[in-house]
Amino acid sequence: MQPILCIDFGSTFTKVTAIDIDVPRIIGRTQSFTTIHDDINIGLQKALDQLEELTGISDWPVRLACSSAAGGLKMIAIGLVPQLTMEAAKRAALSAGAKLLKTYSFELNDREIREIETLKPDILLLTGGIDGGNQKVIFHNAHKLCELNMRCPIIYAGNKTIANDIETILKKNHWDATIADNVMPTLNQLNIDSARACIRKVFLDHIVVAKGLTQVQRCIDNILMPTPSAVLLAAELLSKGYLSEPGVGELIIVDVGGATTDVHSVADGAPRQSNVVMRGLQEPFVKRTVEGDLGARYSLQALVDGVGIDVVASVINTSQEVVMQMLKDLVAHPESFMEEPGLLKTLDDVAAEIAVRESVTRHAGYLEVHYTPFGTIYQQTGKDLSYVSHVIGTGGPLIHHSNIRSALKASQADPKNPLSLKPNHARFYLDHQYILAAMGLLSLKYPSAALKLMKETIIEV
Amino acid sequence: MSSHTIVLGVIGADVHAVGNKILHYAYSQAGFNVVNLGVMVSQEEFIQAAIEADAKTMIVSSLYGHGELDCRGLRDKCIEAGLEKIKLYVGGNLVVGKTPFEEVQKKFLEMGFDRVYPPGSDPALSILDLEKDLGN
Repeated sequence: MQPILCIDFGSTFTKVTAIDIDVPRIIGRTQSFTTIHDDINIGLQKALDQLEELTGISDWPVRLACSSAAGGLKMIAIGLVPQLTMEAAKRAALSAGAKLLKTYSFELNDREIREIETLKPDILLLTGGIDGGNQKVIFHNAHKLCELNMRCPIIYAGNKTIANDIETILKKNHWDATIADNVMPTLNQLNIDSARACIRKVFLDHIVVAKGLTQVQRCIDNILMPTPSAVLLAAELLSKGYLSEPGVGELIIVDVGGATTDVHSVADGAPRQSNVVMRGLQEPFVKRTVEGDLGARYSLQALVDGVGIDVVASVINTSQEVVMQMLKDLVAHPESFMEEPGLLKTLDDVAAEIAVRESVTRHAGYLEVHYTPFGTIYQQTGKDLSYVSHVIGTGGPLIHHSNIRSALKASQADPKNPLSLKPNHARFYLDHQYILAAMGLLSLKYPSAALKLMKETIIEV
Repeated sequence: MSSHTIVLGVIGADVHAVGNKILHYAYSQAGFNVVNLGVMVSQEEFIQAAIEADAKTMIVSSLYGHGELDCRGLRDKCIEAGLEKIKLYVGGNLVVGKTPFEEVQKKFLEMGFDRVYPPGSDPALSILDLEKDLGN
């Protein structure tokens, strides 16, 4: 037996998964509250003690860890035009597993500078201009950022023509600056690999210290990546396969959490018909979006407001006053679990279903119809996910859902909205053991085992 | 030769791609840095591209007769977006029917365009104008 330990320091729970790489199989999985305010090792040790009871193993020579504790990897992305470089910068940050606090476009003003100071990002991403394009606004923003009363690592991934000048300005003003390739070198071309690699490197070099997680180095070498980044790695591996072991093909992973809902798609997303013209920024093959107003706990109020409290009340068959009271209770006690059937459990289930429906609708592309002298032409914005074959659910509210299939079905295309490019005939799967992040970590060294375990463990519902 | 950037595209719901490709080739050969948006381009996309690319000129084509409708308000939006100085060129089958070109030209100049070209214009003409307007 060759045991490996994968640790996920979440904002609420520290989850540990033990794997025997020789078979391969999962030999145990436990969790304990994350103890960020005291010493993060206390929570980890508790989870490890439970794991020892379960497996009889106390010595873990290989320990791999990811983290979304202490607010995750908090980033701010700055671009020029909202639909172009700002969007590209946003995608670079999200694909690196960051929690995007805010995005800014055009010239930064004093109010925005003060706002960045209050938001306290871990990393700033400055972009703008295609190569050979705008310089004025980018110079303005670089100078403006120097007025901040804080410093953190900053990555410049804008117009390459002025990259050296920007680096000089930033370094002169005591910024820890890294230069990456432009996120949009020519119009509508998305080029985020270099920026993502820089974010990852900054994370590895700085984040354990920046987050006050240095005690963790007593137990493990380093935290390797933000948790969402691990989930993305797992998604890509599961879709594409590894060597002779085939993947499952194009897929979507919906991760409903307490504060946000993440959607990951691994799919080409290009138009499928000849009368469809693509518009806007190029779409990444592996794409992550995060919806901050769709969560089953911290952002439950926003979620219910989004669909209307009257709609929610009628679905769960009660009065609006009762729903309001329940919202208060749940937001005040986000840690409570709804295992017992009852109104609260029903509200939980409805919230998860709404989160799935809304988040996949926003993640998927859509068509616009144009009646031209040459017949009907469609313009596609975003990814066409109508042919995606696998929709995988994960996250507490889905794993504990009383009718998981019906919740995941909300990701399907709605005949009433034929222009939305959501999956048409997908099959539904559940990550019921919550292993995706662990498998992403494991895939760094043992991709073949991680792939095999995912294919075995993630069940069709 | 010039390294000025121009934004090129076919506006509105127009899918005529051939002329667009010819113009792209001609302007590139003439030494311009061409950001080609292709067909079915909205006014907003022209403006966004011009900002990111720091373009000095927008060259708008329209072949399907709805040019007047599609181009209306483009100058105002450019001013609003901080592109007051950008040169706006337009050409093609700009209106339906057999309106004399002088009338069409007058109409588009009034709409804030700097240069208007009739159908079948030689790209060499607009290249000369570009060099004049951009000071080369």
